[in-house]
Amino acid sequence: MDKTFSFTVNGQARTVTTDPERPLLQVLREDLQLTGTKYGCGEGQCHACTVLINGKSTPSCITPVRNADGQSILTIEGLAQGERLHPVQEAFLAEGAFQCGYCTPGMILGVVEMLAQSPKPDDLEIRSRLQGHLCRCCNYPKIINAVHHAAAQTEGANANGDNHHE
Amino acid sequence: MPMEIITMNDHSLRHEAASAGEEESVDSVGYDFGLSRRGFVKVLGAGLLVAVSPMPAPAQRGGGRFGGQGARTISARIHLGKDGTITVLTGKVEAGQGARAELTQAAAEELRVPLSRIQLLMSDTGLVPDDGVTAGSGSTPRTVPAVRRGAAAARQALADFACRQWGVEPGAVEVRDGQAVHGPTQRALSYADLAATQDGPKSLEQPIPSDVVFTPVKQWKVLGTPTPRPNGRDIVTGAHKYPSDIHRPGMFYGKVLRAPAYGAKLTAIDLGPAKAMKDVAVLRDDEFVGVAAPTTFQAEQALAAIAGTAQWEHAPHPSSKELFAHLAKTAHGGLPANPFQEELAQAKQVLRQTYQVAYIQHAPMEPRAAVAEWSEGKLTVWTGTQNPFGCRSELARAFHLPEDRVRVIVPDFGGGFGGKHTGEAGVEAARLAQAAGRPVSLRWTRTEEFTWAYFRPAALIVIEASLDGQGALTSWHCVNVNSGGSALDTPYRAGKNRGQFINADAPLRHGSYRALAATANNFARESFMDELAAAGGLDPLQFRLAHLENPRLRAVLEAAAARFGWQQAAANKTPNVGVGLACGTEKGSYVAACAEIEADPSGNSLVVRRVTQVFECGPVLNPVNLASQVAGAVIMGLGGALREEMRFENGEIRNATFRKYLVPRFQDIPQLDVHFLNRPDLDPAGAGETPIIAIAPAVANALFRATGKRVRAMPLMGQPAAREEG
Repeated sequence: MDKTFSFTVNGQARTVTTDPERPLLQVLREDLQLTGTKYGCGEGQCHACTVLINGKSTPSCITPVRNADGQSILTIEGLAQGERLHPVQEAFLAEGAFQCGYCTPGMILGVVEMLAQSPKPDDLEIRSRLQGHLCRCCNYPKIINAVHHAAAQTEGANANGDNHHE
Repeated sequence: MPMEIITMNDHSLRHEAASAGEEESVDSVGYDFGLSRRGFVKVLGAGLLVAVSPMPAPAQRGGGRFGGQGARTISARIHLGKDGTITVLTGKVEAGQGARAELTQAAAEELRVPLSRIQLLMSDTGLVPDDGVTAGSGSTPRTVPAVRRGAAAARQALADFACRQWGVEPGAVEVRDGQAVHGPTQRALSYADLAATQDGPKSLEQPIPSDVVFTPVKQWKVLGTPTPRPNGRDIVTGAHKYPSDIHRPGMFYGKVLRAPAYGAKLTAIDLGPAKAMKDVAVLRDDEFVGVAAPTTFQAEQALAAIAGTAQWEHAPHPSSKELFAHLAKTAHGGLPANPFQEELAQAKQVLRQTYQVAYIQHAPMEPRAAVAEWSEGKLTVWTGTQNPFGCRSELARAFHLPEDRVRVIVPDFGGGFGGKHTGEAGVEAARLAQAAGRPVSLRWTRTEEFTWAYFRPAALIVIEASLDGQGALTSWHCVNVNSGGSALDTPYRAGKNRGQFINADAPLRHGSYRALAATANNFARESFMDELAAAGGLDPLQFRLAHLENPRLRAVLEAAAARFGWQQAAANKTPNVGVGLACGTEKGSYVAACAEIEADPSGNSLVVRRVTQVFECGPVLNPVNLASQVAGAVIMGLGGALREEMRFENGEIRNATFRKYLVPRFQDIPQLDVHFLNRPDLDPAGAGETPIIAIAPAVANALFRATGKRVRAMPLMGQPAAREEG
């Protein structure tokens, strides 16, 4: 039986009426046309479908839409401020940290969460925290470079009192 | 199906096979929705290699031939806008391997404009020339020159136009920064000026001259420089539309009923439960059953409602546990005897070993996806395929349409690795769209991709070699059963020498993969070279160098050993730690890898601690992309080396998820030293494949030195039944 759910997506209030068990991933992609969030496995094993729910990295493919009711969701489309990219997006661009790029939106959001919790991670921590994110092009070394790059940028930005990207 | 035995010492056959892309062949799903022949004919597991078949194989009819026909005229390759826009057209696709950046560089170099001026339009069969399949490391050696030729011809057309306009001698004009310039009079004309004249466009309708002049390597300003992916911003913002993101007005989402097992035939199904659902289109066309609905969720529910009513007739199917016995038993013509009996009789030592390589999947991040739309008898399909023109042929055949009524558009897609040479998802989406009377998006699930996409073929490889009293090879006989002939020829001086590739009754649908059989053949040969060295008490590096003349292969091997510190590392006697090396060549590029591993004392697991890989592919065209490709190949190759294998039983794939099929993740990355030998004096070779072929044998050889046990199977840490120790 369809039900109505309300949540914010990228700062905008959204309401959908749908089956409560439908994966949030499908609602974002098919009902809201936010296709930046990708399907990779449907079982939370590759994290291509990562979104941030109240800041927490969440695989949207195994999250029923009912769990999103009343929550605040950030997808890759909501990360940049207008034309201004988020430091993690800038870092992925600067380091060339993608090949096919299909894992990139989920990867970037995973890194955003990681840096919010641990602003200066070392290689061991990066590997451990990102272990759930698959990149089949295996561009892992450049992704690690991008994390360091973003951490350095964020640190610089914070030192200048510019921290709107939390 | 005809049986083919390629005897690799027959050079005419080998070269024909190599140039036609023998290893890029693939078992296609022969969908046929015609009236006379309903349903679809599967050629799964038939083992037919397209390019060496004496029959006209499907991929050779119409478009989609391996090499493509390319652009006949300048305007088929380069479009100049009156507003100054420059559009370069190519049939190549971008799947993360870097063709978009590289081909943009090629055009910018010869047009003499900045990279940012060029828009590269890729792989829309309605607009672009057929540049063949994006496969076989072909874009760099063949499409880069083709694009350069077209761009250089356009540059010449601008210069000629300027000369005519100004009435000056040919040669008095120079093209730089996108303008033809006459130095003495300081006059300039741009590509936009050429496009705006009446005669200008006509001059671009000419065939591309064969004698265009390329910009010499020493004057390169764009090629050879680090070039990021041109549409990178759309990747990091999520704005890029992958095939699975394409949306059309009124579009439904499709689902296809899959057989529960290989070879299972549908005998009955009740479509009633799905037909009773609101807004659901249901279709049965012989064995093809599918549904389409306004959401994926509804389509899944509709499919589930009828799947339970389906009845299937099962067929016997060998399991992965008995795979290698099955391949040996069904090898066409049987395993050939070693033809070098005299050398064996006279040898000081004879060694013979058998190696096994499991079936694996490409598992690109984006599973197969397609959107199909019919309009006035014409069909448009957006899909992720490495073979846009071949996919167009596949659609035309399935629906009995002339090819000019089918258009295939390939947006940059989420990974191929040789696994997307076909267009079955597009055909399925088109059949569903026909039934639903509206556009349909079909996105395969991960389990469908693991189960029904074609696999990298399993291999059974037998090598026998003889050594004389000085430890020199006197004969070499290598037989590959089932997986292919690439890199089967040994690069070493081996005396009498023959390599043979033989088909077998392959239980799974198989096809190309990054470097395909070169990985299996290199694994067997480089493992065996270590075994030969060990049999003679020789250092594996010295044993190789003593048999190796090719200067390019020697150069990468020596460089890798030096960077790795081979001598010192090989002398280290730390328990359970070992080092190994391997080298190889394929498709004109050269690779060597050294690896250090630490084995668990139980022998059931190992950690790859560090890897040095040296690679040479002629001149480096885009160093940043090359670095990604080579490091990515090493890490991806570790998956097949250590753990990746498809398990199947009773026709069912048993590990069709990322939970059960273990691909490399962040914590698997070794300390990695990747180094290139740049050779601007040589012709460029592709770089997407060869860098994957050395890592598995390097790790296998390191495992032997760490534990004294030789594992002659890929994956090294696979199911115990497949592992042979000695």
